[in-house]
Amino acid sequence: MSKGFLVRVGITGVAVLVIVLLGVTMSSYHLGLGARVGIYFTAILGLNILLGYTGQISIGHGAFMAIGGYTTAILSHYHHWNLFATLPAALLICFVFGVIVGLPALRFHGVYLALATFALAVSVPQLPLKWSKWTGGSNGIRTATTPSNSWVYWTSWACAGIAFVTAWLLLRGRIGRAFRAIRDSEVAAVSSGVSLPIYKTFAFGVSAAYAGVAGSLYVLVTNGYSQPGLFGLVLSLQLLIGAAVAGLGSLWGTAVGALFIGLLPEISAGTPIIGNDHGQDVVFGLIVILVMILVPNGFAGLLRGLDSRVKSAIKSDPTTS
Amino acid sequence: MLGLARQKKLTAGPSRLVPVGLAGAAVFLLVGSLVSDIFAQQTVAGLAQGAIFGSLALALVLIYRATEVINFAQGEMAMATTYVCYQLLHWGVSYWLAFFLTLAFGFVFGLVTYGVFIRPVQHRSVIAIVIVTLGLFILIDGVVAWIWGADIKFMESPFGNKVYRSGGVAVSAQDIGVFAVSIISMVALWALFQFTKVGLAMRAAALRPAAASLVGVRVNRMLAIGWGLAAMLGAVAGLMAEPTQFVLQPTLMQPILLLAFAAAVLGGLESPIGAVIGGLLIGVFLNLVGQYVGFATSELRLPIAFAVLLLVLLVRPTGLFGRKQVRRV
Repeated sequence: MSKGFLVRVGITGVAVLVIVLLGVTMSSYHLGLGARVGIYFTAILGLNILLGYTGQISIGHGAFMAIGGYTTAILSHYHHWNLFATLPAALLICFVFGVIVGLPALRFHGVYLALATFALAVSVPQLPLKWSKWTGGSNGIRTATTPSNSWVYWTSWACAGIAFVTAWLLLRGRIGRAFRAIRDSEVAAVSSGVSLPIYKTFAFGVSAAYAGVAGSLYVLVTNGYSQPGLFGLVLSLQLLIGAAVAGLGSLWGTAVGALFIGLLPEISAGTPIIGNDHGQDVVFGLIVILVMILVPNGFAGLLRGLDSRVKSAIKSDPTTS
Repeated sequence: MLGLARQKKLTAGPSRLVPVGLAGAAVFLLVGSLVSDIFAQQTVAGLAQGAIFGSLALALVLIYRATEVINFAQGEMAMATTYVCYQLLHWGVSYWLAFFLTLAFGFVFGLVTYGVFIRPVQHRSVIAIVIVTLGLFILIDGVVAWIWGADIKFMESPFGNKVYRSGGVAVSAQDIGVFAVSIISMVALWALFQFTKVGLAMRAAALRPAAASLVGVRVNRMLAIGWGLAAMLGAVAGLMAEPTQFVLQPTLMQPILLLAFAAAVLGGLESPIGAVIGGLLIGVFLNLVGQYVGFATSELRLPIAFAVLLLVLLVRPTGLFGRKQVRRV
């Protein structure tokens, strides 16, 4: 066991403790807020697998969340499924959708993939409006039962925990290496025997599955209403921004990204001057641009830079003195 | 790996099928318009809307050619400039004076946006640039809603609500006006690029930055002017989109941005003329499909645009007028 590993296990332990303590002590309103952070955590984690590890951009993750959310709402509304049981269903359906989207995405690179996924994000929320007979149109569709905020909190963070461990297991071994190889150079990856179609579509599928579960929970945290407006373009942008703030290719930064997009609206609403509905967008936009310009690797990059600077300072100290 | 092998084949220029196909489409529209009055009406309305998509698509293409940036904030920039025009009208400025003042504002806006936000990340990865333009998207959205509020605003239409009739065909003055203003703006821009010294310098800066700077072209300044001109054209798109949507709100350009993307990709993403023709084709196509295909209701406009975009990317990634490029994989 390396020291770095132990430190990480320690940090994770503290994080789990904090989450449990908050879950026990917080009011219902704050539990809802906390649940949102957990949901964003799962979704950003999924996006990061795609974007940070395989280098495929997606502006369309809100679309996968929409599919997950509508899966839950429809299964509960029409078929009276247990809400727990809808989560794996959303996961599976979104995995399949992710693979389907990932197949054409194999041929798109860079800006073209950005364009295609942007179009996905804009057009998927239009579909429930077309088939409003089953989806309730712009009013949305409601789950048969509405869970309490504390139910959603614990479920969200349990899912986030499972998602985190799964991502970590997935990315530390052979698959993670293949993903990173594809990100750094597709030619080199292919020449080392990494199959691009398999790994790239798999990454899309896993990423979409994460977003799908997050989408289900997202519906549950908004009183069980699944509405097109919930999954608009802004949601997709928020996820991407969360991933950028977290730092691409870092699992540990994800928490910061999730906290950022989950709590910023709340914080900015309570701040003078920017404390109206639209001030938060201004802050969002400014911060993400500043982050991309000043700290291109996000929070994780900032930490890494700090870490190496401290280490080099410690190392160089005895030699210089 | 099939895709790679195919990408490496180089072909010079667009294939001969494209002009033939476009001529066929033109003949089809003409014959259809002569046969059916409704068809003619939908075609004219489609051309007017398509001219708006084309203007925004052209703005995107100009920026992409010059700086290899897909500006996701292009639509929001256009929306913001439209609000400036709204404010000017509110202060009692006459429409066409406000129009040109807005264009001037759009130019400066584009210039500043490039200098402040894009320059610092221009040579970074595609992902970084895309995220910055998306950040701009949200920022502009927020600023506009902050200043003017997110509620619906009304602006007077510059073209009135007259309707011209010839036979059974009714064409609104607005459609004609929107089409004319959009096309004139695009032609003016083309002339600027083609016949002026600044235009020449801008083309040089976009195509061969290193060589251009060696012969004394200030490349960064030219790229900034390119952004300014694109934002100006976007302002035209916004101002023309407003009367066709009847109301002004911060989401004005969001659907149009997607349609402009589809138009730009259809035209080949690097081809200015392709963007314009792509815009017109998509405008007419959406209107005719909406008229004659019962299934394709207005909710499906954007999904259909998405389908067009996807289809073009899959079947013919270079679009109608794009050139094939060797990709570094």
